[in-house]
Amino acid sequence: MMGTIFGIPPQALFGQLLLGLINGSFYALLSLGLAVIFGMLNVINFAHGALYMMGAFVSWLLLTQFGIGYWWALLLAPMIVGLFGVALEKTLLSRLYKLDHLYGLLLTFGCALMIEGAFRHLYGVSGQPYPIPEALRGGQNLGFMFLPNYRGWVVVASLIVCISTWIAIEKTKLGAYLRAATENPVLVQAFGINVPRMVTLTYAFGVALAGLAGVLAAPIYQVSPLMGSNLIIVVFAVVVIGGMGSILGAVLTGYGLGLLEGLTKVFYPEASNIVVFVIMAVVLMIKPAGLFGRER
Amino acid sequence: MNARLLAGAALTALTIGAALTAGSASAQGLSGDMVKIGVLNDRSGLYADLGGEGSAVAARMAAEEFGNKILGKPIQIVTADHQNKPDIGSNIARQWIDQDGVDVIVDVPNSGVALAVQEVTRDKKKIFLMEGPATSRLSGDACSPTGFHWAYDTHALAVGTGRAMVQEGGDSWYFLTADYAFGHQLEADTAAEVKKAGGKMVGAVRHPLNTSDFSSFLLQAQSSGAKIIALSNAGGDTITSIKQASEFGLTQSGKQRLAGLLLFISDVHALGLSVAQDLVLTTGFYWDMDDEKRAWSKKFFDKFGKMPTMVQAGSYSAVRHYLKAIEAAGVDDGPTVAAKMKEMPVNDMFAKNGKILANGRMVHDMYLARVKKPSESKGPWDYYQILRTIPGAEAFATVEESGCKLAAK
Amino acid sequence: MSLPSHGAATVAVGGSGVPMGRLIGLAALAVLLVAPFALYPVFLMKVLCFALFACAFNLLIGFSGLLSFGHAAFFGGAAYVTAHTVKVWGLSPELGILLGTVTAAGMGLVFGGIAIRRQGIYFAMITLALSQMVFFLALQLPFTHGEDGIQAVPRGTLFGLFDLNHPFTMYYFVLAVFLFGFAVIWRTVHSPFGQVLKAIRENEPRAISLGYRTDRYKLLAFVLSAALAGMAGGTKAIVFQLATLTDVQWQMSGEVVLMTLLGGMGTLSGPVVGAALVVALENYLAATNLPVPVVIGAIFVACVLLFRRGIAGEILARFGNGRPQA
Repeated sequence: MMGTIFGIPPQALFGQLLLGLINGSFYALLSLGLAVIFGMLNVINFAHGALYMMGAFVSWLLLTQFGIGYWWALLLAPMIVGLFGVALEKTLLSRLYKLDHLYGLLLTFGCALMIEGAFRHLYGVSGQPYPIPEALRGGQNLGFMFLPNYRGWVVVASLIVCISTWIAIEKTKLGAYLRAATENPVLVQAFGINVPRMVTLTYAFGVALAGLAGVLAAPIYQVSPLMGSNLIIVVFAVVVIGGMGSILGAVLTGYGLGLLEGLTKVFYPEASNIVVFVIMAVVLMIKPAGLFGRER
Repeated sequence: MNARLLAGAALTALTIGAALTAGSASAQGLSGDMVKIGVLNDRSGLYADLGGEGSAVAARMAAEEFGNKILGKPIQIVTADHQNKPDIGSNIARQWIDQDGVDVIVDVPNSGVALAVQEVTRDKKKIFLMEGPATSRLSGDACSPTGFHWAYDTHALAVGTGRAMVQEGGDSWYFLTADYAFGHQLEADTAAEVKKAGGKMVGAVRHPLNTSDFSSFLLQAQSSGAKIIALSNAGGDTITSIKQASEFGLTQSGKQRLAGLLLFISDVHALGLSVAQDLVLTTGFYWDMDDEKRAWSKKFFDKFGKMPTMVQAGSYSAVRHYLKAIEAAGVDDGPTVAAKMKEMPVNDMFAKNGKILANGRMVHDMYLARVKKPSESKGPWDYYQILRTIPGAEAFATVEESGCKLAAK
Repeated sequence: MSLPSHGAATVAVGGSGVPMGRLIGLAALAVLLVAPFALYPVFLMKVLCFALFACAFNLLIGFSGLLSFGHAAFFGGAAYVTAHTVKVWGLSPELGILLGTVTAAGMGLVFGGIAIRRQGIYFAMITLALSQMVFFLALQLPFTHGEDGIQAVPRGTLFGLFDLNHPFTMYYFVLAVFLFGFAVIWRTVHSPFGQVLKAIRENEPRAISLGYRTDRYKLLAFVLSAALAGMAGGTKAIVFQLATLTDVQWQMSGEVVLMTLLGGMGTLSGPVVGAALVVALENYLAATNLPVPVVIGAIFVACVLLFRRGIAGEILARFGNGRPQA
């Protein structure tokens, strides 16, 4: 028997931290999408949770209606959700860019209501089961806990996506155009770059990330119309803590928060839900722009 | 000049009135010319399969036995979804009684909602037939003269499953509890029975209703080392906990066992026998026990496509007994019919010689069952092996033990 | 960055020289006084509670330009406090509601203190997250009983004289509370304090340059709005004899935004109209098979895109004589 760390057996501690890292993967993916959208459009995409849910449902539908399995769904579902995002941005969101950005928030809130309401109406609120893909079944006995393979895959996949996105935005030419367009769209347009199209594609990419998170979530959490609304407020808090437009901030805070929640569950489980908001309040009092953000 | 004034005032009053008119419904007051039965349950959420539309089907089957007419007047059945929220449930109950002339409310799984609805029905002296909810408080400190707790309750579950598993060697228990009225009461009742039988409660963790990820709770259960991990939850929550326990290899080592304190046949159907095999459970009804039950259940299956849970079968039995009482009493006034119901014994396919106590508890035999292995099952819905019959007097608390104040006369 | 107002400052005048607004107000009052004889009183009380809630919310968004997405914390928090004090401490209903209001004001002070530093979207996000914290507190604290909520809250006797179990008595009490709240808002808007708020909404840097400590004004408006929202919540707890998690969920904050936007931000009557419409719509749609959130969401989207002034705002803009109020 190993000794204890601060009176807690290491099995419980590392186990909860690992579970927290898994949760953090979802926080990171979702806040990444949100940060990308906010950075470019200056809109808080309230529909992000609903689109995450849509990603999970699309993969479930692909499986049950068309027999298309998980690995294809990983590719198709984000694309479908991204296309939906294009439609949403072009028909509704783009009309509001000249107005106060709060209208964007309100609009996406209304869209979230509609999307969630529609799925609720069609499928009820109890979850639909989605099987773990064959290749990822079973688990590894790590000594301090039994880690299901699928959950390990979630952490790996999200890390890959987050790092690739960060590299794409910070290090590539396309990313440079994106960042320039965020700073000064008129000037960038004058250089001949189609800014409205870039905006649309950015929104589509952001929501595709949400859709991807949904596919990753489907085998673990129940595919339920409420899965997004439970998560979205925490993701908002993560983005605020990380700094609203900062990609790095969103990702690091997402993983960090997952770990912190896991830690809280070991010592003081009841507080695990509140810890993110307490941190947010503290950060706002000390550094209102967020940990990695810049004043806008 | 004056016309403008009047026009303006009238127009505004009309607009506001029109907006508010949507709030008015049909005539107020009880319609004595029909018996209106309201089946209120979770129709779209985690408890939809154990009651849901099935309870309405069962209620209709009971009404059909009377030719859909009672004392020459029609029987009408309406349904609504309380979405597992006490405020929605109690608002529907209140509006049904005040505005829509509903005479009796049926089912209401989710003990929190049931407690809220009982407040309304007690206040308005309407009969409340409870097959869905579990908490023994409904015939205990929250009892009502017109409330009838029919199919099962947490006390019976504790006596059945709790005792049985301690006897099988499970003397240390860790509870995974749904964090609301039902979960708390089931945990409390079971812990008491476990202690009586010589076991001990090692710890507990509370989870929110309708949780989708039990991983951190299951990890805590595993670290506790308790021999029995008791699931003090129901419906979708139980299904998810059992599935994820299997995913995390909780029972692989054989050192820890799961106890599903409240399991319905709909849950076993959703889990499949390979996952659910060997689980021990306490139930008030199983379709394949005798000819009468089989015959009725087949009729139910033909209408609904699934075999009945004890909640759905209980809804049939309770509504049938209620209608018989109205026939005998000649009126549909709440307290009168309630008294009649308590006088008459319950004899139908659901219960033989069932007796209704002064606190509204319908006492009948419960059954201890084990979920069959896939090899033992001869076909779909052939899921349970009945281990023993628990006589009603043993399963349920006496009136004095229940703590119901109005019965202490 | 804040939402500009619409149609707040026009006054229509009837032919006889009496302000049309006053006439409409009197007509509405008359309707409200006789309504319980025609309509289901519980439904009307629900409309009034939400109307007060929406009016309180509008004080912030319509007249100060601050979008708070966390007002459910005040509404629900006060509901819990009122329910608990009336049920467990045995206080009479008016004291319970008073305590609820005070609690909400206190919460408003804390939330406002943290949130006022930021504007626009940031302000909205902060209020949203803070109210979510209140939700989780409500889930955990023993006195709220989590999912079950505080049930069986007694109606009690008002001032020891009026038995509130009688629906009509309860209705007139709720009406009185609503009218009181409405009067407070009306007085605030038509006061020098209200004028400064409007100035802050229109152009905060200029207001600062004129020497106003804008943060203080905004904070005071926030506390007032929170207190009145709390009054609405406490009253609701007594009417329905329940305080549950639904009252503190962020979806409840969304509902009040919807009601105010639909009715007309920045108008006094807008939120009332919006609340009446939304509650009536939800009631009516519940009986049909239509998915209520989809319909409401669609209306919301339509409002944001096309009818940003809301119903009352549109009416005032068209029929008002365009003479700005002093």
